[in-house]
Amino acid sequence: MATRLPSVDAVLVGFGWTGAIMGQQFCDAGLNVVALERGVWRDTPTEFAPTFAQDELRYMWRHHLFQNVADDTLTIRNNTDQQALPMRRLGSFLLGTGVGSGGAHWNGQIWRFLPSDLKAYSHNLERYGKAAVTANDMTVQDYPVSWEELEPHYDTFEKLCGTSGKAGNLNGKIQDGGNPFEGPRSAEYPNPPLAWPASPAMFAEAAKKLGYKPFPHPTGNVSKAYVNPLGMQLGECTYCGFCEKFGCGNYSKASPQTTILPYLMAKKNFTLRTECEVLKVETTSDGKHATGVTYVNSAGEEFFQPADMVILSAYILHNVRLMLLSNIGKPYDPKTGEGVVGKNYAYQTMGSVNVFYKDKIMNPFIGAGALASVIDEFNGDNFDHSGLGFIGGGYIASMTTGGRPIEMIYTPDGTPKWGMEWKKAAAQNYLRSSLISCHGSVMAHRGNYLDLDPTYRDSLGRPMLRMTFDFTDNERKMSAYMVDKAAEVGLAMDGASGIKKNYRKGSWNVVPYQTTHNTGGAITGDNPKTSVVNKYLQSWDVSNLFVMGAGAFPQNAGYNPTGTLAALAYMAADKIKSDYLKNPGPLVQA
Amino acid sequence: MSDNGINRRRLLVAGALTGAAGAAGAVTLHDGERGADPRTYSGTMPWRGGAADAPPIAEGGTGYTFFNALEQAFLEPALDRLIPPDPAGPSATQANVHIFIDRQLAGPYGRGDHYFLGGPWPKGVAEQGYQSRLSPAQVYRLTIPAIEGHVRGAYNGKLFKDLAVEDQDKVLKSLESGDAKLDSADGKMFFTMFLQNAMEGYFSDPIYGGNKDMGAWKMIGFPGAHYDYREWVGRHNERVPYPPVSIKGRPGWSET
Repeated sequence: MATRLPSVDAVLVGFGWTGAIMGQQFCDAGLNVVALERGVWRDTPTEFAPTFAQDELRYMWRHHLFQNVADDTLTIRNNTDQQALPMRRLGSFLLGTGVGSGGAHWNGQIWRFLPSDLKAYSHNLERYGKAAVTANDMTVQDYPVSWEELEPHYDTFEKLCGTSGKAGNLNGKIQDGGNPFEGPRSAEYPNPPLAWPASPAMFAEAAKKLGYKPFPHPTGNVSKAYVNPLGMQLGECTYCGFCEKFGCGNYSKASPQTTILPYLMAKKNFTLRTECEVLKVETTSDGKHATGVTYVNSAGEEFFQPADMVILSAYILHNVRLMLLSNIGKPYDPKTGEGVVGKNYAYQTMGSVNVFYKDKIMNPFIGAGALASVIDEFNGDNFDHSGLGFIGGGYIASMTTGGRPIEMIYTPDGTPKWGMEWKKAAAQNYLRSSLISCHGSVMAHRGNYLDLDPTYRDSLGRPMLRMTFDFTDNERKMSAYMVDKAAEVGLAMDGASGIKKNYRKGSWNVVPYQTTHNTGGAITGDNPKTSVVNKYLQSWDVSNLFVMGAGAFPQNAGYNPTGTLAALAYMAADKIKSDYLKNPGPLVQA
Repeated sequence: MSDNGINRRRLLVAGALTGAAGAAGAVTLHDGERGADPRTYSGTMPWRGGAADAPPIAEGGTGYTFFNALEQAFLEPALDRLIPPDPAGPSATQANVHIFIDRQLAGPYGRGDHYFLGGPWPKGVAEQGYQSRLSPAQVYRLTIPAIEGHVRGAYNGKLFKDLAVEDQDKVLKSLESGDAKLDSADGKMFFTMFLQNAMEGYFSDPIYGGNKDMGAWKMIGFPGAHYDYREWVGRHNERVPYPPVSIKGRPGWSET
């Protein structure tokens, strides 16, 4: 039997970005908080020391900081006609685990969604008509949150992270050098942009020639020494090129470790327990109130942690699975379209263009996780989609995240993958090529969803999560359009001798790395019939349960998700502190 | 030449582990796996001076620990067809890629420690990726004899190593495409893993036994484990003149 522990005000399930944010917010409000993390403690000097952090094999290819699928994985398939099979090896996405989780090995790309992204259904309906938002069985929905509501919380996260960038729209006034398409910001970024190595500088020049407005990628790789509002110190990024998929040894990348944990861990009203996996959210017999969580630690001991509030702050795939395992909310059924938990799972449509140069030296190893020049002309609804046959879009960027040679040697079209011809091409092109990324949205589709697998079980005997996902013509057409636009910029880059276009074609494939931007399944909305949580990420069914993370996205926009999921977390924390604690219960009336 | 730094690091790790026994809230070093002790932290930032999750260093020497004689006889010529010798850079075996793969297969990777290998095992579609019940070490162990059996049948009883290089390439290409039908082994799956492991051994840090003298990094112009390019970020179209450096330093850095 589970040992019953003393009750706390709030229990956090998972201790990455949103766990750290909610822990800090609650502890500062005087709450007694316990965080349960299934992985281990991680901190910069012990885990990512600059004497050994630059190790491509260990971190990228041997998954040293990632979730080990031998312990826990999910099953995958493209559609309901297939049998879902286990993801036996990480590939398409690189799940995090341990303290800081994906927040420790992310790139540091800190984006705000466009105001129209938050109204993806009504905005596109109004501009392009009903067919545009329902083609390909699309189940696109609006966020129940406006730009004006979310903006202050984006600002909070940007300041926490020491975000380096250039505003493009300050209180409604368009700013030179920033993104002219962004929603009005209340403040400039707290730090100036990073410096550009060769490729972003050349991309920006070419983009300008073509009439676009390039700007620096907003980044949590800080451009200068910075002290954040919690008193945490970050150091100037050194462009080492071991950032995405790695921990930063230099305190230069915003992460829970660098921006929150030293502050939070010192609090007497905060407790972190590691190597503790939550099995279930327990509820009262009517299923309307969470009483706490049951968890098992790595010694095999089971505990019941009672709590007044339960915060699911693990990765989206775990949050959704935990809801399904705890029988909270009605599971989504793709046949009828009814039910909500697992609905509108989405991802990211990644395409790219390689640019080759005969004699320009690009030094690709000079990089940082979010070091790029970007154009946003083809993101969201920044362009007229009439007649294009798709909605959504993405940003096009000359990304220079590093030149790690097992992963990042690019060779021209038609080069074999091995042999003398490959070797000559690798030696010629490593220093003389660069990459343009097309980072596109994925709309929600009726057939893309998450549920529990009927066959496969994890090491604790629980059903695995089952992911049913494929790209549709909406995404494939968008990818073709974006990659062609990116190729035009690539060809205009000074000294470019050739390009290779990499479209997102065919079905989603779990093998090649794409991106760890899984979204949906616990979506936010204004109606319990079509969403899992309200705008404050509060479960419609269990009002003392809050579900953090990108699971709340009704569909995925053309930007990286962390900025928006952090802003949603801060908005939820504010509302809990201002209203819920005084008067626990539903914050939005259904 | 440069082992001192590594030994020092190992000592630090050992010291941290010994010291952890009696200290509340001590950092447990781990290998990214589950199974560390459950711990509770409250009211303080956990800190263990001198502790480091240092990388696992491959066993030294150039003798095999995993591959048997038949496997070695396939491995070395096959690797040198994937990455042949030329004046620009070392071949795979000149870079000790065979030693790298040997050490990898003898360790956690070979055991499949980061694969989910539980059943059932239906075949699935290509989009579902790896669907074998075999660990990487088992894949090599089962597939190499099957490839040699296929070669014997197709080339008058010869072994892979005795084929002309053009025929060796033909065999490798037929594995890559899946055209080679092997007895009770999946040649295409093997080839995908083999090529990936070859590239890993050629381009990874020399601490893992391959990339001898950082020859592959010199060939392409990768400076290795540098940690600061601030003075170079604005110098476009210039070669960074630093010779490559490994996590364990480079010749001339450490006391011998």
